[in-house]
Formats: sequence, C-alpha cells, structure tokens
Amino acid sequence: MNERLWNILVDSFPKLLGYGVTVTIPLTVISFALALIISVVVALIQYADIKPLIPICRFYIWVVRGTPLLVQLYLIFYGLPSVGILIDAFPAAVLVFGFNEGAYMAETVRGALESVSRGQMEAGYCVGLSYMQIMRHVVLPQAFRTAFPALSNSLISMLKGTSMAATITVMEMFRQATVINGRVYESLGLYGEVALIYLMFCTILTWVQHWAEKKLASYGGTKA
Amino acid sequence: MMLEVKNVQKRFDHTEVLRDISLNVQKGDVVAILGPSGSGKTTFLRCLNFLERADGGEMVFDGEHYDLHKATRGEIARVRKKTAFVFQNYNLFLNKTVLQNVTLGLTVSGKMKKQEAREVAVNALERVGMAGHLDRYPAQLSGGQQQRVAIARGLASNPEIIYFDEPTSALDPELIGEVLSVMRKLAEEGMTMLVVTHEMNFARNVSTRVMFMDGGVVVESGAPEQVFNHPQSDRTRQFLKNFTEIE
Ligand SMILES: Nc1ncnc2c1ncn2[C@@H]1O[C@H](COP(=O)(O)OP(=O)(O)OP(=O)(O)O)[C@@H](O)[C@H]1O
Ligand SMILES: [Mg+2]
Repeated sequence: MNERLWNILVDSFPKLLGYGVTVTIPLTVISFALALIISVVVALIQYADIKPLIPICRFYIWVVRGTPLLVQLYLIFYGLPSVGILIDAFPAAVLVFGFNEGAYMAETVRGALESVSRGQMEAGYCVGLSYMQIMRHVVLPQAFRTAFPALSNSLISMLKGTSMAATITVMEMFRQATVINGRVYESLGLYGEVALIYLMFCTILTWVQHWAEKKLASYGGTKA
Repeated sequence: MMLEVKNVQKRFDHTEVLRDISLNVQKGDVVAILGPSGSGKTTFLRCLNFLERADGGEMVFDGEHYDLHKATRGEIARVRKKTAFVFQNYNLFLNKTVLQNVTLGLTVSGKMKKQEAREVAVNALERVGMAGHLDRYPAQLSGGQQQRVAIARGLASNPEIIYFDEPTSALDPELIGEVLSVMRKLAEEGMTMLVVTHEMNFARNVSTRVMFMDGGVVVESGAPEQVFNHPQSDRTRQFLKNFTEIE
C-alpha cells in the first residue's frame, strides 16, 4: 500500500467513525424505535381482531412490502414537496425507515403473538386477570422473546439500510465516504474502509444479540 | 346448595354439544364427570366459568343468580374470583416462575401486597408439595409438578369450588399418582370440586357423586357405588365395561 493511500485511510477513519457514531447509529436507533412501536400496534390490532382498523393495517403492509425502499425515500423527500409537504432529510429518512421496517416487523410480532398458546390467555382469565393485564404480564413478554431473534435481524439490516439515506442528502457515514472520495478518488480504499466500519457495528450488534438471547432463554424452552 | 346449574345449552355451528345439562352441588361435594370423548364434558365445565359462552342456561352460585348466556363482565369477574380452573395441559404462565405463577393473580387482579401474596402463595404451594421449587420456571418441571403448581395457583385465591378438566390425562402414568393424591387430600379437607376424569378409581373412591354424560346429556348421576355397581342405563354400563377392560 502506498503512503498516500495509507494517510488518506488513517485521516478518514476517525471522521467516518464519527459520522457513524453521531449520525448512522442515532438514525438507526430512532428509526428502529419507530418501527418497533408501529409493528407492535399493527400486530396488536390484528391479534385482538379490532375489525375497523384491520383493513388499514393490511393496506399499509401491502403498500410498504410492494414498493422498493429507495422509491419510498425519493417519494417522501423529493416527491412530497411538490404538494407542499417539506420534510427535512433526517426526519424523512426516519419516517421511511421506520414505516418500512415496521411493516415487516409487524408480521414478525404478529406471528410471535399467535405462537403464544390460547391456554395462557384462558389461565389468565381464570385467575381473575383482565385482557390487558394478561397481554402485559403474560402474552407480550412471551411473544417478545419469540420475536427477539427476528427483531434483532431487522435491527441489523436497518443499520446497513441507513446508508440509503445518502441518496436523500442525509450526511451519514456512507455519504461522508462519498464526499471524501470526491476529493481524493480512492474508491476501493474508502468504500472498503466504510464497509469495515459497518461490519464492526454489525458484529457488535450480533454479540449483544447472542448475549441477550442467552439472558432471555433463562425460562427454558417454549412448550406448546 | 353451593352451585345449582340449570339447562345449560351450547351448540358449535350446527352440532348441539350440550342439551339441557343440570347439576346441583353441595358444599364439600366432589362430583366426578365421566363420559366418552366428545360428550361435552369440557364444554360444560368451560361454560360454568365463562371460558365458553353458553347459548342458554342459568346458575345459582354462592347465593347469586347468573344467566349463563347473558352474564355481564362484572358478573363473570365475580364468578371467576370465587372459582379456580385446572386445565388438562396445566397452562402455567411460561414466562413466570412457580412463585410468580401463584402470586400474579393475587397481586395484579386481587391488589394484594407483594409480601402478603408471597405468604399466601408459599402456603398454597406447601399444600401441593411444591414450595421447594419457588424459583423454577414451568419448563424446568415435570408434568406432575406443573399440574400441582397449577392447583396451587387455583387454591391461592381461596375459591369456593375448583373445576378440574382431566387434570391427569396429559401426564405420564408414573406422574398421575402425585396429582391424584393432592386432589384426594383437597377432597378430604372439604374442598368442593367438579372433576372431569377418566380415572375410574378416583371417581369410585374419592368422589361423592358421579355424573355420566353422553351426547350432550346427563345419562345418569348418583352416588359412586350406585353408578358403578348398579348402572341404570345401557350406555353407562357399556362405557364402564370398556373402561374396566382397558384398565
Ligand atoms: N371450539 C369448538 N368449536 C367447534 N366444536 C367444538 C369446539 N369445542 C368442542 N367442540 C365439539 O364439541 C363436542 C364436545 O367437546 P368437548 O371437548 O366438550 O368433549 P369432551 O367430553 O370434553 O371430550 P374429551 O373426553 O375428548 O375431552 C365435540 O364434538 C367437539 O368436537
Ligand atoms: Mg375434554
């Protein structure tokens, strides 16, 4: 490796990492929190069979799953201003990522809720609990545990997916790499470097996931 | 009379599962409900606790009258407060420890203080011989142990009556005894119980009354000696004969 490239990489590393920590990670965390809220609400509406709201949930999932993420980003950020709705790049990205991943996660959460045996609900009624109390103390915790691995995967894929926010001008880690590259023309080195930082983030998340799964496993196998 | 049930009716889609089932239970009675598969035994018990909504029928329980079809939420809550239900497959809360399984109803719906609930729970668990496993999760227990915890969960709320739906049917043969002996002890202590069971020895020796159901009707009911030794109906005779052959 020549000295120029080495210097470029050493200079850019803290910069990229900085954008990763201050933009990519917050963007991921906020979008994921939104996705989590949306998915739980949508899944609960379906699980509790709240009839008037179910078509809305179906429609939402249908639209989100049937259109590309990139197109959704463009639509919200570049398209909406023409009807007078202007959203800054960062919140626009949060909205799109949150609603996009939320649709997939809703299916995960719904499946997990439905995997909790009906007998749990009935036993809850018999000891005098209300529907809400049973959901809160019994069904949701069990569903959360079932959904945890899939939700972790959603989190990891969302972290990588935030790089797409570069296309709507969010100055996150990847866009920062393209900016530096525009000055120095070292595509291979810089994009390799940024790939490495994503890899690092994802690896850490995977560790945390494994650790948490072990903690959650403490109450033993889910029995039918 | 502690419980009077009159004319319970229930249909699923087009099949009539219960046709005018009636039953009177005195305090301290242990009623064994027998009958072939599909005769409606489970459905009957579930209707009494509103896990299933009957199409018709009424009940006088602990001095209060209830319409089994039209009971309000408040009435349902009142009934459930005074009854306990033991399921065939235990239905312990899988994410809760043994202790929490018993205290959950007490603290959350009964608004009992944590410490008091713990004492009540430990006491109930002692009665079923499970106080030594407070911090285990259901998945770490045998079926017989799980069922005993389920019984303790029911006992903790100090019910007037306990409904058992085939409490030993899901158990390995060597684990049945420990559950039956807990139930026998409760019977001796005067607990009122309705027990759907295929355990003929329990029905014969522990119950104070036997009710034989078939096709959604009560075919015969009476004292165990009478039903077992001098069955009045052919269907009862046939059923008991098949059973003694299996045993
Ligand atoms: N939720 C339901 N929907 C439709 N049919 C049902 C439902 N629950 C029970 N049934 C039907 O009602 C009839 C009586 O069922 P039930 O479970 O009460 O019988 P059981 O006497 O408890 O039988 P087993 O000894 O097999 O437990 C059966 O024919 C069953 O198929
Ligand atoms: Mg049954």
